[in-house]
Amino acid sequence: MTKKQKKMLLRILLAAGILIVLQLLPAERFDRLDKYLFSSAGRWIRLACYLADYLIIGHDILKKAFKGICNGQVFDENFLMAVATVGAMALAIRENGDYLEAIAVMLFYQIGEWFQSYAVGKSRKNISDLMDIRPDYANVEQGEKLIRVDPDEVEVGSIIVVQPGEKAPIDGVIVQGSSSLNTSALTGESLPREVTVGDEVLSGCISMTGVLKLRTTKEFGESTASKILDLVENASSRKSKSEDFISRFARVYTPFVCFSALLLAILPPILRLVVWQLPAAWSVWIYRALTFLVISCPCALVISIPLSFFAGIGGASREGVLVKGSNYLESLSRTKYVVFDKTGTLTKGVFEVNGIHHAAIDNEELLRYAAYAESASSHPISKSLKKAYGKEIDRTRVSQIQEIGGNGVTAVVDGVQVAAGNDKLMQRLGISYHECHQAGTIVHVAVDGAYVGHIVISDVVKPYAEKVVPSLKKAGVEKTVMLTGDSHKVAQQVAAALGIDEVYSELLPANKVEKVEELLTRTSKTAKLAFVGDGINDAPVLSRADIGIAMGAMGSDAAIEAADIVLMDDDPMKIAKAIQISRKCLRVVFQNIVLALSVKAICLTFGALGIGGMYLAIFADVGVMILAVLNAIRCLFVR
Amino acid sequence: MKKTYKIEVDCANCANLMENAARKTEGVQNATVNFMTQKMIVEFAEGFEAGAVMDAVCKACKKVEPDCEIFL
Repeated sequence: MTKKQKKMLLRILLAAGILIVLQLLPAERFDRLDKYLFSSAGRWIRLACYLADYLIIGHDILKKAFKGICNGQVFDENFLMAVATVGAMALAIRENGDYLEAIAVMLFYQIGEWFQSYAVGKSRKNISDLMDIRPDYANVEQGEKLIRVDPDEVEVGSIIVVQPGEKAPIDGVIVQGSSSLNTSALTGESLPREVTVGDEVLSGCISMTGVLKLRTTKEFGESTASKILDLVENASSRKSKSEDFISRFARVYTPFVCFSALLLAILPPILRLVVWQLPAAWSVWIYRALTFLVISCPCALVISIPLSFFAGIGGASREGVLVKGSNYLESLSRTKYVVFDKTGTLTKGVFEVNGIHHAAIDNEELLRYAAYAESASSHPISKSLKKAYGKEIDRTRVSQIQEIGGNGVTAVVDGVQVAAGNDKLMQRLGISYHECHQAGTIVHVAVDGAYVGHIVISDVVKPYAEKVVPSLKKAGVEKTVMLTGDSHKVAQQVAAALGIDEVYSELLPANKVEKVEELLTRTSKTAKLAFVGDGINDAPVLSRADIGIAMGAMGSDAAIEAADIVLMDDDPMKIAKAIQISRKCLRVVFQNIVLALSVKAICLTFGALGIGGMYLAIFADVGVMILAVLNAIRCLFVR
Repeated sequence: MKKTYKIEVDCANCANLMENAARKTEGVQNATVNFMTQKMIVEFAEGFEAGAVMDAVCKACKKVEPDCEIFL
């Protein structure tokens, strides 16, 4: 609770207490005072007591309403409340009657406001705590001692120490120690990551178990944590259409209800007098007009809709999806086309052994021969072979290595003749081989002149990538498209494996923009197109699409800048999640609009007819607001 | 020139009002109010002095939302 909230709570309790005491004393009790003082003194004293209570609870509203009028911002909720309660007060004074109503209305209004501010503050803190990745200091070793310095002062290449439970302040590479890293603040991933010497540590990660010594690779300002904070804080508040609608709506609506209320107060009594020759019954109609005013207060909409978007963005960032503005959340909910870049988005963008086919000997054995034969080479292919083999290579067991440029190698491994290379090598050696149906780089292996199988090396799809398309379809996406600069065969194969509807391959970066523009013309007006990419060359496409989604951790800075939504952990599964969040958020917004407007419409009719009175009015105002705020906070929680 | 100020504001809509008020102030190139982090980021126009502009921004914000607070 903030100071302001505590003060308000005290005022509410005090005013409620006084109100209860005053209610226990009926007007006759006060009238007895007349005997001791002057005639009708009791009535005035009673009024003074109630007035004091009214001012305790409502003085700030009156002040704000007055200030609003002075500043030309006449029609706001403060004005409505002030007019309604002052009016009710005036009616009560005239009749020496029920002051309870005016004070109760103000009291309930303040309780509603207090509750709203408390709930919002609480959920706000919830989110900002999760996003709290700003490191306050860096530990630098000086002699034997560790000293804390401002992370801004640490130069690139210096050694910093991260103790268990501390956040890494600056991006770096581990030079000593190993630990489990909690990356949830950055990626939303709850599983800790094991790291050891040579691994990269991003700032904002928390070391959980061991002491780490890092050599910094970036300045503080260029580090991941600083960049993300920058992104979150600068998330320029681009407004969604619903928010614009509400602020435009409020501008028209409030004057409209004020004049309707005025008409309700004046017109029926005059009609009664002139047309039906009845008594005017002014106080009845003024009372109804005041009720009408309280009901019509648009707080529920004005407060809950920005809050829904805010909570939706907060809930998404907790999942590792950064959304740069509420308009993107709105567009995202209407995404029908999702266009992917292949490399780095659906695939890892690194080459790995992806399969061993037609092996006449053990797979392990085959891999061993290939890895040994290629051991002297530094080609990416031989690297991935060595990585797949995974064991230390004893160079003394290999001899007579002969590299045949563009074909492969031949060597003697453990005394047997091994040939490893492409189709051309096999043809050259006159060995019959199996063509591979799979796309990628193929390494055929022959031992002692006999074909023993081939190894496929290709870019591997990300784990769970095959679930991405079904999950998107479930989230309401109609079409998935893949664009790639890669060869037709590779593209077709990845697309088939992942279930992607359309593929365009062998595209240059400029072609990708053209393709996206062509797809944009095919989508209907309400359907939105999202592009998911990571590379620098994707930046123009990211800004051209309705919604640009960038891969955060691996993606280039240019792509992150151009994108509207950033996925912190590069997991394409998060796209479906983000769409679900946006749908939920928009659903809540819609529910709130319908709820508030329909309850108000019903209550306004009742109020105008004189059914229900002020208590109904206060429910229509404060009750609906509280319901709407609670509903809005639901956006925070993501399944 | 860009500067960040800590603010205190209760509701998301009030934050929007403050943002609009700040943007309309003379000497402000662009302004963003972040309700979540309770921060106001003001980009000053060329040739304006930050202190004087912020006084005006404060006044403008108080006008639309008397409850708000900007910590200069």
